[in-house]
Amino acid sequence: MDIQFTEEQELLRSSVQRLLRDQYDFDARRKIVASEEGLGRRQWDEFAELGLLAAPFSEAVGGFGGGPLSTMIIMHEFGRHLVVEPFVETVVVAGGLIERAGSDAQKQAHIADIIAGSKLWALAWTEKGSRFDLATVTTTARRDGDDYVLSGEKTAVIAAPWADYLIVSARTSGHRHDRGGVSLFVVDRRAANLDLQSFRTIDGRRAAEISLRGVRGELLGLEGEGVAALEACRNRAIGALCAEAVGAIGELNDATLDYSKTRKQFGVTIGSFQVLQHRMVDMFIAHQEALSLMQHLSLSLSEGKAGLSRLASGAKSKIGYAGKFVADQAVQLHGGMGMTDELNVGHYFKRISSINIQFGDPAYHVLRYAQLDAVA
Amino acid sequence: MELALSPEDAAFRDEVRAFIKDNYPAEMRVANPETDLSKEQMLLWHRILHDKGWIAPLWPKEYGGPGWSITRRFIFEQETTRAGTMPPLAFSVTMVGPVIYTFGNAAQKTKFLPRILSGEDWWCQGYSEPGSGSDLATVRTKAVRDGDHYIVNGHKTWTTLAQHADWIFCLVRTDPTAKPQSGISFLLIDMKSPGVTVRPIITIDGSHEVNDVFLENVRVPAGNLIGEENKGWTYAKFLLGNERTSMAGIGRSTRYIERLKKIVKAEIPEDDPAHLEFIRDIARIELDVLALEATELRVVAQMARGIDPGPAASLFKIRGTEIFQDITELTHRAIGNYGLAIREHPVSANHFMPGPDYGHTASEKYLNSRKLSIYGGSNEIQRNIIAKAVLGL
Repeated sequence: MDIQFTEEQELLRSSVQRLLRDQYDFDARRKIVASEEGLGRRQWDEFAELGLLAAPFSEAVGGFGGGPLSTMIIMHEFGRHLVVEPFVETVVVAGGLIERAGSDAQKQAHIADIIAGSKLWALAWTEKGSRFDLATVTTTARRDGDDYVLSGEKTAVIAAPWADYLIVSARTSGHRHDRGGVSLFVVDRRAANLDLQSFRTIDGRRAAEISLRGVRGELLGLEGEGVAALEACRNRAIGALCAEAVGAIGELNDATLDYSKTRKQFGVTIGSFQVLQHRMVDMFIAHQEALSLMQHLSLSLSEGKAGLSRLASGAKSKIGYAGKFVADQAVQLHGGMGMTDELNVGHYFKRISSINIQFGDPAYHVLRYAQLDAVA
Repeated sequence: MELALSPEDAAFRDEVRAFIKDNYPAEMRVANPETDLSKEQMLLWHRILHDKGWIAPLWPKEYGGPGWSITRRFIFEQETTRAGTMPPLAFSVTMVGPVIYTFGNAAQKTKFLPRILSGEDWWCQGYSEPGSGSDLATVRTKAVRDGDHYIVNGHKTWTTLAQHADWIFCLVRTDPTAKPQSGISFLLIDMKSPGVTVRPIITIDGSHEVNDVFLENVRVPAGNLIGEENKGWTYAKFLLGNERTSMAGIGRSTRYIERLKKIVKAEIPEDDPAHLEFIRDIARIELDVLALEATELRVVAQMARGIDPGPAASLFKIRGTEIFQDITELTHRAIGNYGLAIREHPVSANHFMPGPDYGHTASEKYLNSRKLSIYGGSNEIQRNIIAKAVLGL
């Protein structure tokens, strides 16, 4: 059950650690976030150089065949450093969809560019009123020759302002909530009739509201099978986000523990107070449990076990609540300093809050976990 | 969730599973085994395991253990708890046995170990006293040397199943002038000795599990001292360490959750808003169990590679007990108005108990399991241990 990393995996981990330690400290990140574009193109090139963008892909499409375990290793370190670049969106989500659902031509056209770091991607699935339901889609796609023409609104599309391409879910048949009839399309983000309204997210990233008014798109995967593809994709994305959250939780715990050993009030370090000691023990336990569940999920993803959707929802919920608990307490124990933009603690808090919205919040996923049990 | 097993270990698991199925005594399958079984009934499974050579998984082979790897011990634990078997008496097999073979002399090993394995001797634990609960090092029960005997005077309490016990292992003060921890000795006392009195303590669930044990001028042969005089605290801590490691209780929690789901299905209509609340609460507890189980498997895998979790193991006691308390509370709530009723003890079929069978033990389980966060080192003490020994606070 415990993952004993292979030599290759250890190498991956230590090289990501070294890269981030050298080039992605909190100040470097602050500059990236404050830059006009809000992402580090140079850092992205470094990720490509190091092979991170190739790691999870199969060897058949030019990757290193590391699968969900390499994603876990990378995202865990990214979580510790609050990396803002769209690894999940580009590599895990879009790359994963293209690798699994794409035609040979699409794989050839896009995966090499992703691996090389020359193209960024985003997934546009959420709409007003869809909340976290993948099947609630009103954006339409109408066949037109070899292509389709898409019309509708997509909302809060993370990383869209950075992206070269979007994968858009749109309805080719059926009604608003039907599972069937949703298809996926590759859309050029700079295509005609596509409007983008960019905004900043709470965790220092960029997202956009997207309006499609007759935008040309290329079908990805089978027509009408988009929800199933998205579900599998969401499971992998959850695996990545859980690893990122666990990395962030670990950093918050370390920071809080260190702070409690140096910060003095009433003439003693605040870590000498039992009420805070017990709080930090609960934070430690939350981290240990989240770490275990993260490994369990990633192992299950890499083995392609049955019941992945239920497990992914369970992990998203449990790790989500663990993250919220740790982040709340980390800010609380840092007192006023925890509220400042200057200290990194609040930024971890914001990233965890953001993870807890992406692909469904803990409350959504705990019910989904229960409902999938009833089905099974 | 399953540990990845080698073919040999998988075969072992199947063997354990089949053995339980074929041999677990039907008469031990009662409504609440922890409180409803007689001493003789409790010993049935003990003797079967003894005959098989499986009674003491922890013990080294030379003392009668099966010589299992960490992985096999874990498999055995997992299979027996999942099947809902009554574990052999922990005070004998898990607690005093290892103390005797680790710190006892040759005569003590020869005298006591075989009788623990066979179930001939029933042990209880003389640790807590009215003034020494979490602050165990302040025990005041006195043992004064008198020739080749100790004269013991004191009052032990919360002594579980002392009413059945043949022997009690006691922490006694042999040096009243030393610092609390360094004046304690570990003494084995025959419960039939003159001056030993057992008085039942009835707990809030109505059952009789715990007792007061009074020791008045009890003469104990000096040969019953474990290890060195005044070194008892070391042995006591060793024992408490053994106690904590198997407290995650995954098998038991999983069984009780399955039962809870059936009760909710039967008791609460789907259109009742409470139904969704229960569904959500149950799912959250299931995820608590899943996360703890994944942690347990992670630690077992590490132990198999020689990495000791150390004091971090306290987290299993903390979370395992909190989770089981949550489950019993939710079960009690799920049966609604019948949660008012409670069985009378000693249990007899002649007492009327209202409502469906599945709810008959809900009240007493809810009440009884409040003890879990108190005993074996309260959960606050466990948090102190992690704070100090793991977090360095």
